[in-house]
Amino acid sequence: MRRWLLRRTAQAAVTLAIAITLLFVLMRAAPGDPLSRLQGDRLLSREEIASLRERYGLDQPLLTQFGAFVGGLARGDLGVSIEYGRPVTSLLAERLPATLQLGGAVILLNFTLGLWLGVRQAVRRGSREDRWLTVASLGGYATPSFWLGLVLAWLVGVKWGLLPPAGHSDPLLDSGAGFLERTVDLLRHLALPVLTLSAVTIATTMRHQRNAMLDVLRDPFMLTARAKGLSERAVTWRHAWRNALFPVVTLFGLWLPILVTGSVFVEAVFAWPGLGSLAAAAVGHRDYPLLMGAALLTAVLVVAASLLTDLVYALLDPRVRLS
Amino acid sequence: MSRVLEVENLRISFPDGQGGRLYPVDGVSFSLERGETLALVGESGCGKSLTSLALLQLIPPPGRIESGSTVRLGDIDVLGLRGERLRQIRGRRIGMIFQDPMTSLNPVFKVGDQIAEGIRAHFDVSRAEARSRSFNLLQEVGIPDARSRLDAYPHQLSGGMRQRVMIAIALAAEPEILVADEPTTALDVTVQAQILEVLDRLRATRGMAVLLITHDLGIVAGRADRVAVMYAGQIVEEAPTARLFARPSHPYTQGLFASVPRLTGPVQRLTPIGGSVPPPSAWPAGCRFRPRCPKAFEKSELAPPLLPVEPDHRMRCWLAETGGARG
Ligand SMILES: Nc1ncnc2c1ncn2[C@@H]1O[C@H](COP(=O)(O)OP(=O)(O)OP(=O)(O)O)[C@@H](O)[C@H]1O
Ligand SMILES: [Mg+2]
Repeated sequence: MRRWLLRRTAQAAVTLAIAITLLFVLMRAAPGDPLSRLQGDRLLSREEIASLRERYGLDQPLLTQFGAFVGGLARGDLGVSIEYGRPVTSLLAERLPATLQLGGAVILLNFTLGLWLGVRQAVRRGSREDRWLTVASLGGYATPSFWLGLVLAWLVGVKWGLLPPAGHSDPLLDSGAGFLERTVDLLRHLALPVLTLSAVTIATTMRHQRNAMLDVLRDPFMLTARAKGLSERAVTWRHAWRNALFPVVTLFGLWLPILVTGSVFVEAVFAWPGLGSLAAAAVGHRDYPLLMGAALLTAVLVVAASLLTDLVYALLDPRVRLS
Repeated sequence: MSRVLEVENLRISFPDGQGGRLYPVDGVSFSLERGETLALVGESGCGKSLTSLALLQLIPPPGRIESGSTVRLGDIDVLGLRGERLRQIRGRRIGMIFQDPMTSLNPVFKVGDQIAEGIRAHFDVSRAEARSRSFNLLQEVGIPDARSRLDAYPHQLSGGMRQRVMIAIALAAEPEILVADEPTTALDVTVQAQILEVLDRLRATRGMAVLLITHDLGIVAGRADRVAVMYAGQIVEEAPTARLFARPSHPYTQGLFASVPRLTGPVQRLTPIGGSVPPPSAWPAGCRFRPRCPKAFEKSELAPPLLPVEPDHRMRCWLAETGGARG
């Protein structure tokens, strides 16, 4: 197990290195550079542009730029954002908490409500409840999240005024507000974006969990579990669900990075100050250092999520753990 | 002798996919005395497994047990039980062993825990006590180094060892009846013999009644007290083992014997029965064996009931009326 873990970690590191190189090359291969945009707007003179180019190292050969980038990376320095004129790391760090709150809440909802509903559907397969949940999840799956987000923001947020339609916290909240008050405020702001992102993801999670359960319920060891006189609850949750968890662990590995960066639309609709909107802005501005930082963070998350998935898999499955 | 299990007119149905239902088990009756071993013999697909599953209401939906069927354990009407009362019967009054030890154990739990779970489902004992009983059971079914095997996972054990674990699970709640559904079919020949030996020993030491399901007449002799032969969802012949082996009477039973090479008795031509068991959707009217039967005659177009051949020997064939000659 320890050797497996070492090997797997080494693999992850190599994957990450390749990803960084590719990212760097792709980014530079894209047409346009950040300063020509400023030039087009005639905001700066030719000389000023040249000096800026020199300052950001854009006049150096590609290999030198790459070397400088990797060197900075090793020191935990991702450079300075061209657009904001501040260190990329501090920009990312500033936006990370809001993103983690949103993504974390969605994942939590998926892996509680989503799994529970999927298991219920499988256990009551063919029942009215199963059919209705299937229809509902297909609906959720087919609804574009930016559209759902707009409708929710307008209807619940603006028309009915039940929940805040945008933002991360109430700007009028007294700075002396207590922990409870702040938490309630955060939850109220989280509600609509979380609902929007969960509609699609929970539909998928439910479907996966339902199918995985149906497969396991057909396994002969389920008969053994019933035949020895276990309660239906133990049969379902201990014997079946424990085995039907493997496919959804894989799903978790896929969700994690998507939720952190793939919520660009939802962050835009709800003015959520997360990484998604930061990355979107960086693309628009051709802000290489910032874009690179955001992409790098995503790459790290993808690799970490896959490592985590394998680890959870191994912990759950003795056939993997002990081999 | 007291009767521990009585099955009467058991009928099991599945949807046929066209709005109707099929009856892969169609009117099966048998009983089991305390300490007795009954062999249920028949080719693949004749309904043996479904019959055994019905004893504990384990038929997978959309299959169901038809009303009018009866399963009695002493004075308990099993098919009338639901929920908690049904759970208390499973494993406690009847223990079950299944055909394939490779898939009958849960891959993610230690075998010791899988046995202990069966103990704690029926007895109010501590974890430690359940573990020590599990250890005893592993020893009883002949697993060497039982102490460390308690913490093994199924994939770490051979097929034979897994089937021993399965037996230990079936014995966990000390049932008075053991149902073994082809317990050796999936195993190597030498391992088969070992498993049968274990079952024989347990039957003797624990005095359990056993329903031994098999398609192999070779393992029946010297092991079962009585034999019931099944064909196409029905019992077609039933007799004490010695009598059935000496004088198989139903043409189907005779065909089964003809396809088993015998070391004793009169030398017979090996004539396996032509064809195979038709699926429930293709059973003919009248005697269901008629299309494959070398002795079929006019009356076979009517469905025969179980008719007496001798006082304790019955068969589902009109030939019983004429002592074997065609009328
Ligand atoms: N889940 C099911 N759905 C539909 N039909 C079924 C189902 N299970 C069994 N059957 C039908 O019932 C018949 C009898 O099945 P059963 O498993 O009892 O046979 P068996 O005598 O145990 O055979 P084998 O020796 O292959 O185990 C099968 O031929 C099949 O047509
Ligand atoms: Mg079977």
